[in-house]
Amino acid sequence: MRFIEAIRLALTQIRAQLLKSFFTLLGVTISVTFLIALVSIVEGMSAYVEDAFAGKFLGVNTFNVRRFPDFNVGNVTEAEWRSWQRRPKIRIDDGYAIRDALPPGTRWALHDINWLTPSTRYVNGGGQVLANAVTTQYFKIKNLTVTSGRIFTEQEDQLGIPVLVIGTDVVKDFFPGVDPLGKEMRIEGLPFRVIGVLERQGSALGMALDRQVIGPFNSPMSRFTRARVNLYGVVIQAPSEAAGPDVQEAVRAVMRSRHKLRPGQADDFVLETSQSALSAWEKIKRYLVLAGIVLPAIGLVVGSIVIMNIMLVAVAERTREIGIRKSLGARRRDIMAQFLVEAATLSTLGAAIGVGLGIAAAHIIKAVTPLPTAVAPWSVAVAVIIGAGVGIVAGFYPASRASRLDPIVALRAET
Amino acid sequence: MSDGIIRIRDLARRYVMGQETVQALRGVSLEIRRNEYVAIMGPSGSGKSTMMNVLGCLDTPTSGEYWLNGHEVSRLSDDALARVRNKEIGFVFQTFNLLPRASALSNVELPLVYAGMRTRERRERAAAALERVGLANRMDHRPNELSGGQRQRVAIARALVNQPSILLADEPTGNLDSVTSEEIMRTFAELHGQGQTVVMVTHEPDIAAHAARVVVLRDGRVESDRSTERAAA
Repeated sequence: MRFIEAIRLALTQIRAQLLKSFFTLLGVTISVTFLIALVSIVEGMSAYVEDAFAGKFLGVNTFNVRRFPDFNVGNVTEAEWRSWQRRPKIRIDDGYAIRDALPPGTRWALHDINWLTPSTRYVNGGGQVLANAVTTQYFKIKNLTVTSGRIFTEQEDQLGIPVLVIGTDVVKDFFPGVDPLGKEMRIEGLPFRVIGVLERQGSALGMALDRQVIGPFNSPMSRFTRARVNLYGVVIQAPSEAAGPDVQEAVRAVMRSRHKLRPGQADDFVLETSQSALSAWEKIKRYLVLAGIVLPAIGLVVGSIVIMNIMLVAVAERTREIGIRKSLGARRRDIMAQFLVEAATLSTLGAAIGVGLGIAAAHIIKAVTPLPTAVAPWSVAVAVIIGAGVGIVAGFYPASRASRLDPIVALRAET
Repeated sequence: MSDGIIRIRDLARRYVMGQETVQALRGVSLEIRRNEYVAIMGPSGSGKSTMMNVLGCLDTPTSGEYWLNGHEVSRLSDDALARVRNKEIGFVFQTFNLLPRASALSNVELPLVYAGMRTRERRERAAAALERVGLANRMDHRPNELSGGQRQRVAIARALVNQPSILLADEPTGNLDSVTSEEIMRTFAELHGQGQTVVMVTHEPDIAAHAARVVVLRDGRVESDRSTERAAA
């Protein structure tokens, strides 16, 4: 009996008992739906997080010199945390020393932050904003542009002029219906003049990037962010990806010598790259992918047991049919093939429905959440192969039982 | 001798059932020539069902020889027996044994499916076989939409579609009323008239009387083997 024949026969059989078939393949369908949806969510989160970290937080080819990692996802032990607290703080002088050691073409900025509560005459209150004190190259490194006004100049920074570039949410909350350019915003009681509005950034990882104000590092801003006590970080952008390691080594050498570390002693600071920040995410992603594989795998085991049972029932119910087929010349392998193909068709059908539902779920998630979910082609391929595989594995025992039936006994069966 | 389509020598079949050994056949020798019409009779327990199974290659003898159409088939493997059933034997059963969910045409196609025939040729041959038994207008009907006689004729069409050496019927009228039984017997007579070898197992003397030769089994042996008046006529 040819293969297509067997599939046609299987489909007839499945159609004949639609409801039973549906329940039979439910396990496979749910597992595959879960697999496709979860993988697409993980892929979506990946794209989102990588975009957020690499693009918005850190910038291309960029790293931060910090006292300890800023992005800690996962478990930082108590001991680790305490050892970080004993580390020397990053000083403004460290920043300048780094600058002097950098190869040409490398961008550099001092960066300090603090949550502060500014005020304007246009609103009562307005809430907290993330106040940044930065040196001028910060804008280039982070690829920050203004939609109106301008960013501050090197000279303004040198002279410590109290000017501000503000985010769109700040405009909305502090200058409702007012053009903020040239207007005054008071920070810790001191007036700053708004000279630019940042292009809308959107949010990344729940952090409102549009709720920030940026002032010159040498203005009183860095006093309000307490940069002299503990600098948030030094931001460095290598001229190219290839130059990255060399730049990092140069910076590391400066920091180690300033902290008087002997060879063999571990760094007491971190160079936070997008890779190092993402390593935490990579860890989570591994668990998620694992869950995405293990949970459907459990479902598939259950699904295959269901299929095996249903096929055993089918073989019992159709003993007479098997006898008839054998009497008409069906060989063992014909009967075997018939039931194997039936089981495989059933579970592949289940997997196909699962793929459909999974893709639908991915689209729904994409529509209602900021996650750019993307269905991974490999997950679809894996799902379909698993579907057929589960059917064949689950169908093997029932099929072999059917094929070994004695035709005389089978023909005498009551059903 | 050479045209003996079935040749059986000293055929024995023992079953072991728990502690007991049942001797169903105890040394049967029999020859059936091409285009014979033979009825095998006997009371229950005479071994005629076992005979039927062995003749139909559904069962293999414990000892003895069975030559079917020039081939020794008593020692074949399961799959080889399946081949023989497919090519050489057309079964007609008491209970029809049609697949309930398949149309008459699909039922008749089945032996050709296992013969590996292409779909189109299969359809044509199956349709022709149904026409021959007068069911040209019932091809798409399922068994439960057909009368008993029509079902048995579908079964006959299925038995003949692969042009077997022998038509092997097991109580073919056992589930039919007498009028329909006569119809089926007429069909058998016609087939016999066209040159088909027919072997029929029955316990009804009036049905056996349609055959040209009656072999009676008792206690696993041939008790009598004679021609009927029909053969003389």
